[in-house]
Amino acid sequence: MIASTVVAVMAASACASSDREEPTGEGDQPTGGTLVFGAAGDPKVLDPTFASDGETFRVLRQLYEGLLASEEGSTELVPSLASDLPEISEDGLTYTFPLREGVKFHDGTDFNAEAVCFNFDRWYNFTGIAQNPGVTPYWQDVFGGFADTAEEFPSSFESCTAEDELTAVIQLTKVTSRFPAGLALPSFSISSPAALEEFDADNLTGEADAPTYPAYALEHPTGTGPFMLDNWDRANGEITIARYDEYWGETAGLDEIIFRTIPDGNTRKQELESGSIDGYDLVAPGDIPDLESQGFNVLTRDAFNILYLGINQGQFEGAAAAGINPALADIRVRQAIAHAIDRESLVTSQLPEGATVATQFMPDTVDGWSDAVTEYAYDPDLSRQLLEEAGAAGTTLKFYYPTDVSRPYMPDPGAIFEVMSQNLKDVGFVIEPTALPWNPDYLEATANGLADIHLLGWTGDYNDAYNFIGTFFDAKAGGIAKLDFGGYVNQELFDAFAAADSEPDPAARVSLYEDLNVQIMDFLPAVPISHSPPALVVAEGVEGLVPSPLTSEDFSTVTLNK
Amino acid sequence: MLRFIARRLLQLIPILFGLSVLLFIWLRSLPGGPGRALLGERATPEAIEAINDQLGLNDSLLVQYGRFLGRVVQFNFGTSIQTGRPVTTEFLQRFPGTIELTAFAILFAVVIGIPLGYLAARRHGGALDSAAVVASLLGVTIPVFFLAYLLRFYFSVELNVFPGSGRQDVRIDATHPTGFFVLDGLLTREFDAALDAFAHLVLPGIALGTIPLAIIVRITRASVLDVVNEDYVRTAESKGLAASTIRRRHILRNAMLPVATTIGLQTGLLLSGAVLTETVFAFGGVGSFLADSIFARDYAVLQGFILILAVVYVLVNLLVDISYGLIDPRVRVR
Repeated sequence: MIASTVVAVMAASACASSDREEPTGEGDQPTGGTLVFGAAGDPKVLDPTFASDGETFRVLRQLYEGLLASEEGSTELVPSLASDLPEISEDGLTYTFPLREGVKFHDGTDFNAEAVCFNFDRWYNFTGIAQNPGVTPYWQDVFGGFADTAEEFPSSFESCTAEDELTAVIQLTKVTSRFPAGLALPSFSISSPAALEEFDADNLTGEADAPTYPAYALEHPTGTGPFMLDNWDRANGEITIARYDEYWGETAGLDEIIFRTIPDGNTRKQELESGSIDGYDLVAPGDIPDLESQGFNVLTRDAFNILYLGINQGQFEGAAAAGINPALADIRVRQAIAHAIDRESLVTSQLPEGATVATQFMPDTVDGWSDAVTEYAYDPDLSRQLLEEAGAAGTTLKFYYPTDVSRPYMPDPGAIFEVMSQNLKDVGFVIEPTALPWNPDYLEATANGLADIHLLGWTGDYNDAYNFIGTFFDAKAGGIAKLDFGGYVNQELFDAFAAADSEPDPAARVSLYEDLNVQIMDFLPAVPISHSPPALVVAEGVEGLVPSPLTSEDFSTVTLNK
Repeated sequence: MLRFIARRLLQLIPILFGLSVLLFIWLRSLPGGPGRALLGERATPEAIEAINDQLGLNDSLLVQYGRFLGRVVQFNFGTSIQTGRPVTTEFLQRFPGTIELTAFAILFAVVIGIPLGYLAARRHGGALDSAAVVASLLGVTIPVFFLAYLLRFYFSVELNVFPGSGRQDVRIDATHPTGFFVLDGLLTREFDAALDAFAHLVLPGIALGTIPLAIIVRITRASVLDVVNEDYVRTAESKGLAASTIRRRHILRNAMLPVATTIGLQTGLLLSGAVLTETVFAFGGVGSFLADSIFARDYAVLQGFILILAVVYVLVNLLVDISYGLIDPRVRVR
């Protein structure tokens, strides 16, 4: 009885799956078909201004556009809803954006300068819960504060003016290297003003300890992108977007894309192999040869990230109580660490093909990368000698590393830890390992300055040097560096950051960042390790997907040819 | 009977109160908070402080607990910080999936486990008995995620007969009035959708049902072995009663009490979230969401879900206690 039931179900489900494989087109007119893409996590919210993570950005990039974008397959800033790059005033404070003509939002309303300014004014005038750094992280990263926080948290945004139908002028209060580069982020996508009003977009309600997003952010995202939202089934982790036929550019090749959340990496791989999905992201480097041998198309992105070994100089209050090794304040000990690590072998043995050894804390595709930095070659003898000179031979290092996580810059932290740990022991360090679950335990511990040395990294948000080195090494609250690096005070370095960030001339700014990289590599607050190329994979017949270093692939160019 | 049920339900109040206090203390003693979890690598101390402030996490524990309790008595468990939606909505959308999966797993375990356990006992010491004992040991010890990959590899990747993840094929456009996908397909007469949803239950259901299956086999076997040596069975045999009557009336019925308890406990356990199975099969139930919520330090979801699941667990066990009376009239519920 059981056996016959199982056989019946097997047969029936085999039928069902063969039904599904039939082309969905009608008659002789083939349609674009449906692409099912495996994501590692759910999108959080569909109002771009409240979004900040990669899974959410992937969906938003198909639904929305901003004034600027990154060029397909690169990090170059190009116009998107703007028809050209902005004209910049001499003082670097006024940006005039010419806008694209004939663009309509998904709700049929017109895109124009008024719509642009409506969005900027909305962001700038956020109040209450929307000012929470977890809710509007990228506004605060790029522009700082809001209209009503001018005193305690000033904004670099001053105003947006619709000069005419197709010209928007943005006025800043101060120059920052984060603008206009940051506008390529999906967080600065332009929404339909009519839809924002109709669906109550600013109405973040609920009690203080329970914010609730409004209908716009959950059900009615309305942009100008090549796809529009069809359905979001949150309980089952499925989001369906459909082609927008009135798109101003070339309309999308696919009818529909379904993003399915499959948190487990092995499940994603098996689901691709069984044909249930057509592609997925965050391919484990170890799976690449197997996937390629089965005929899947592995698309490798240019590395736009950095893995580093953070060093705690123990300069903050409480560092001694936390047991931070005081020897790390000595530059010679930090140099000894840098010379002890065999980064070449590490990159070859532990990182995916195409990974490179890092000479500084940003990849060479970022403007400001310098070829004049001090490099620290693998030299155990020199390392021992430096330790000897510093009187720190045999000193103990609390080495923290995360478990249960794979980051684009760090596919297997445990294995990387093993290699580095051995390198350090070889020159006479004593290693005391601590492994913690990635988030929040590990991130919390390193951010509180509990580790002597730790593994961490970063994937760039947009092409801006400050987004890398400023995030790590500039002064934070209280005028000291992050506790990760021991809260050092290096005023010369902090001043150089301020000067570079506020330099209006782009060429002069690049050269200031080049100098900064030299300065940082002499100061050595951490050891840069490597840049790793992350990969995504698609099934045979999925064509036209261009891998983006910013992981901001545009799915409108994809066609199915199966 | 009614008094018994009423008393058991009243007992829920101190249980829930105690549990809520423990939960509250446990959650807040975890390292890192929602601010860190929410912002990850991009967190700054100021941002975390601002989030804690807004979530009211800088108030004293007593004030926070009072606020929480005040809401819970109105059946308001707050809002998930991961999705921005009410906890009850999240629960109601995910629980039907977990119920379907549990039902499949328990049915699978019972339908195979009881006959197998019975046969093993009746052929005590024989090849079938040894095989059942070894297999059930294997069933308990094999890690769920490993079994999941094996099942998916053979039945999904190689043979392509059962789907390997999710609750329904994403290309099927089905309506879901109740949230129970198999039932929905039957109700709306979208039979292909019902069948597809059922097929999606098979692999995770088997993976999840293996442990209860192994336990049921062992308990049934032990219990039947006990009963067959009882005097009344020997009496029945010497009276010349038909073997089938002895089996049904004397052996199985008496042997079923511990098995019923096991089934009840296992059902309660599976309902409270098959975290691993749901995660590796990307199955949209309460378990996978609970696991996500631990890493996101989503206090509202953890508190709400665990309290609701505690109620479910107690109710399932109440049903088991009531079923004792049906299996064995000598057991009077008082």
